[in-house]
Amino acid sequence: MFSAGNLFLGIISILLAPFLGGLIAGIDRRLTAWFQGRYGPPILQPFYDVLKLLGKKRMAVNYWQILCAHIYLVSAAMCVFLFAIQSDLLMIFFVLTIGGVFMVMGALSTPSPYSQIGAQRELMQMLTYEPLLVLVFVTIYFVTGSFKISDILNHGEPILLVLPLMYLVLGFALTIKLRKSPFDISTSHHGHQEIVKGVLTEYSGPHLAIVEIAHWYEIVLVLGICALFWATSAVGMAVLLVLTYMGEILIDNLVTRATWRWMLTYVWGVGIGLSFMNIALLYAEYF
Amino acid sequence: MNFLKRFVTKSRIKSPWLLHFDCGSCNGCDIEVLACLTPVYDVERFGIINVGNPKHADLLLVTGTVNYRNRPVLENIYEQMPHPKIVVSVGSCGNSGGIFRDAYNVIGGIDKVIPVDIYVPGCPPKPEAIIDGVVAGLSALSEKDGRDVSPVAEELSEMSATYSERYENFKTGEEK
Repeated sequence: MFSAGNLFLGIISILLAPFLGGLIAGIDRRLTAWFQGRYGPPILQPFYDVLKLLGKKRMAVNYWQILCAHIYLVSAAMCVFLFAIQSDLLMIFFVLTIGGVFMVMGALSTPSPYSQIGAQRELMQMLTYEPLLVLVFVTIYFVTGSFKISDILNHGEPILLVLPLMYLVLGFALTIKLRKSPFDISTSHHGHQEIVKGVLTEYSGPHLAIVEIAHWYEIVLVLGICALFWATSAVGMAVLLVLTYMGEILIDNLVTRATWRWMLTYVWGVGIGLSFMNIALLYAEYF
Repeated sequence: MNFLKRFVTKSRIKSPWLLHFDCGSCNGCDIEVLACLTPVYDVERFGIINVGNPKHADLLLVTGTVNYRNRPVLENIYEQMPHPKIVVSVGSCGNSGGIFRDAYNVIGGIDKVIPVDIYVPGCPPKPEAIIDGVVAGLSALSEKDGRDVSPVAEELSEMSATYSERYENFKTGEEK
């Protein structure tokens, strides 16, 4: 696993992933503006935002906040690194969770009610998507016989063909992780929701920039997991990713924000239902 | 480092996040401010986002007069914004107190309480005028740097000067 080539690839991916994530976020904002009949910001707008935030004065409520933002960044970057060196999917999942938990702790460390409610909702979101993500990984294991990304890449045919319903389940996790409607309840890209910016309310300046860069890493990671579903050809992978992201933007613009109760019951009900259906189909085909 | 600094300055101009505070306005100016965000004017093409949080904002857009009740709120919001920041006063009331200037509860324009960089005249100003004022404010923003020049910092430095003077006096035995 730790060969020189692998490590080189990992470091390259850590360096390039923020640029890719920022670019995706910029295209996302431009397309959203287009959907709404507006002209929209330049494609490089997310980079301008982050550079500006890095150049602002440091203001923090307490030291916990700063620590949590940094650990969130390190964990997200580590996930991308582990993905690039073709490590274990479960390992990536655990490292991703560490970042998520520290994000919640950073929000809980401040007395602001917006931040506190945002943190509770973020916990609810984690509770919602984590079982689904585990189910996706387990079904990938059923098909390929391994949690290792290197083995999944060596699997002969696209796993989307045997796990189509699991891809939909992954779509729920993707929507929650991208902070898109209807699951943008803990924080969103719009600054005027009912709890201001939720978990991000008390972050400002360079610390907000760090959280934003970490979010870009996560975008790249989750899209990478989506890409595993059509790993046999580069064209198929690209088409799948573009279609998936277009679908995300469309859903983001079509639906309104959900409540956490609706999110939990609907996503668990539909997600776990689809998972069991897919697992049953797998057994029917193989045995 | 100079290269990086230039980059950050350019980004500052390209991404001003705006906080809108209604300081006792009649809502005429506020409606015109919100009109700037609609698809007709679409200020997001300049990278402007209307944030609801002073901690994320670069640009404070204030409408209406200041009175004794909302003065601490305005000061508090201004203090919470990290440097560099600029203040744009929108409408006659914000600029000078307008027709409410002589009212018993009114302190006056925004600049009686916090430093104002740009004044946008009008009652209410057109959205074009507000966008013009914000864009004029961006050049003021590019000249500012991240150094702390807030009233709190001034107060702190004054306090530290006072206490160090007292300490010196105490050491020399002039004051117990």
